[in-house]
Amino acid sequence: MRKRNVYVLILVVAVTLLAAVFVYPPIFDKNYNFRNWRLGLDLVGGSHLVYQVDLTGIQSTDRESVVNGLRDVIEKRVNLFGVSEPQVFTSKAGENYRLVVELAGIKDVSEAIKEIGETPFLNFAEVDATDPNNPKFIFTNLNGRYVSGAQLVFDPTTGRPSVTISFNDEGAKIFEELTAKNISKPVAIFLDNQLIEMPVVQERISGGKASITGNFTVVEARQMVERFNAGALPAPITLVNQQTIGAGLGADSLNKTIWAGLIGTILVIIFMLAYYHWYGLAAAFALVIYIFLTLAVYKLFGVTMTLAGIAGFILSIGMAVDANVLIFERRKEEIKKGVSNTAAIEEGFRRAWPSIRDSNISTILTSVILYYFMTSFVRGFALTLLLGVIISMFSAIIVTRTVLKVFAKQ
Amino acid sequence: MIIKNKYIFLGLSLLLIVAAIVALVTFGLKEGIDFKGGTQWEINGVKQENLQTILPKDTIITNGSNNSFIVRLPELSEADHQKYFKEIKEKDSEAVELSFETIGSSIGQELKQKAIWAFLFVLLGISLYIAFAFRKVSHPVSSWKYGFITLLTLFHDALIPAGLMAILGWLYGAEIGVNFIVAILVVMGFSVHDTIVVFDRIRENLRLEKGTNFDFSNLVNKSVVQTFARSINTSLTLILVLLALYFLGADSLRSFIVVILVGVVVGTYSSIFVASPLLVLVNPVRNRDRVL
Repeated sequence: MRKRNVYVLILVVAVTLLAAVFVYPPIFDKNYNFRNWRLGLDLVGGSHLVYQVDLTGIQSTDRESVVNGLRDVIEKRVNLFGVSEPQVFTSKAGENYRLVVELAGIKDVSEAIKEIGETPFLNFAEVDATDPNNPKFIFTNLNGRYVSGAQLVFDPTTGRPSVTISFNDEGAKIFEELTAKNISKPVAIFLDNQLIEMPVVQERISGGKASITGNFTVVEARQMVERFNAGALPAPITLVNQQTIGAGLGADSLNKTIWAGLIGTILVIIFMLAYYHWYGLAAAFALVIYIFLTLAVYKLFGVTMTLAGIAGFILSIGMAVDANVLIFERRKEEIKKGVSNTAAIEEGFRRAWPSIRDSNISTILTSVILYYFMTSFVRGFALTLLLGVIISMFSAIIVTRTVLKVFAKQ
Repeated sequence: MIIKNKYIFLGLSLLLIVAAIVALVTFGLKEGIDFKGGTQWEINGVKQENLQTILPKDTIITNGSNNSFIVRLPELSEADHQKYFKEIKEKDSEAVELSFETIGSSIGQELKQKAIWAFLFVLLGISLYIAFAFRKVSHPVSSWKYGFITLLTLFHDALIPAGLMAILGWLYGAEIGVNFIVAILVVMGFSVHDTIVVFDRIRENLRLEKGTNFDFSNLVNKSVVQTFARSINTSLTLILVLLALYFLGADSLRSFIVVILVGVVVGTYSSIFVASPLLVLVNPVRNRDRVL
């Protein structure tokens, strides 16, 4: 039995050493490009932007696809900024669709916000010209989501620039119907909710190409083409939430918090040694294993480490030894009853288990609820706490037990 | 001892709860921008008087860390943000933006609602779990009462830090946001640990005493005394870590840590001096605790 435990212990130590190398950036991240640490925006600096998507006029069955199209367009646009791993995702709150853009380590946030916001939003409207002084616009469902590309064209006679936009198949069909319906009537073209022009339809246009002449300078027209090629927005968006953190602030917070975690861990270890002596040493050993294994799990699963997430992990260090406290206290009681040391250890583990289980389940419950109900920053905290509690059950129980079985006196 | 003096301990808790409620009612909790919407902006390398002249009248300027200023104002559009920063830059060329956060009021409302739901779910979830975990011990106190008492102590543990935040808000303008809710939920999740340890011991002692003539309040007292050291020690390890985070960790975590710290102390007190006495109080068959 003891021999098997020695092997288990050697295995655990070996895995922990590997984990330690894996999580230590100066050794691992510097030399290998595999599962490197992902730091949150609050630590590396960057911007977290939330856009509200205006879906009025879009049928509820189409909404999902419009929002996904929107995400793709913004993603393409954001990729042009040269930010490493930009994140663009949609979130739905009730009937509200939102688009979240995360740009880590970006230098000029205001420029980025401007660029995203200036992705053109295009739509076409029929014109009800019964009152020529005050024409009414009836918006069609032909908009930027059907645009597949754009080209800069110069009028051969006047030399003025115009923009030719191409629709995809679906868009071409809608455009054909629209022109067929409105022959010798004007059709209004809106760009970012501003009327650009109102050409009169000469004939039914098939083939899915429309020309916007407007009154552009060459620079304006070229910019517009670039933006259309990156994608026109299928629905308008407004920035409702912005969180931007300078890089310097994040690095300072990270260093301070890691330092605090280190000191906190040392304090816990000193306390365990002072109060439980040799048993405290076993708990300290299990705690160190806990720390490296948990960090390795975070890194392996690609958990983004935010300041809140690191705080969650440090809190879990304070909780990880709780199981040991319960077990060792129980052992003391059994010793007082006159039971042999090894039997007392076994009893300690057996009897402490229900309360360890019940209390950990309550923390797991809390972190799961936090994860589902809160925003992305809180999620980091909930996730690290959750994983921490689960791993601590392994380290505090299995690791400590094995250590005690190998080293405890009969 | 603990059960004998239960009215003193419960009285102390009651006093704190009443104080917390009075603070909450009179001062109220100051909502941060997460909940009410608005802008928080941290700028370094500027003079306060320049900020005062450039920014709108309803701006609140406080000191941040390392000579920076934290500016709070109603929701600011990106265009205005750029306009103001340009003006600031013109006066103080050293100006650096450390952070800028703006939250729409509708998002704030939504977040507040989510936070309330999360709070209620944690409250109910833990209580129901306790009732479930203790389902096999139904005599002399039914397992539902264990769950109900857990609910009461969770309220107790959440209310007192909330009252403290109301007082801090009144004294120093401390605001509550998402972090506060997270801290309260963590406190609830943790404070129940100690309660479980005591209840678990009661459960075990009840099993041992099965068939004998025992006094329930004595049994509860014995269980509390037996688990006293571990209740304190498990909290102490967390408190050590929290103190390290408070004194050495990032400044932005401070108020979060304080709420948890206070909550953990209150939670430890409540599991020893509130939960168990309440268990004796809700036991209707006081002197006839015979298990047959």
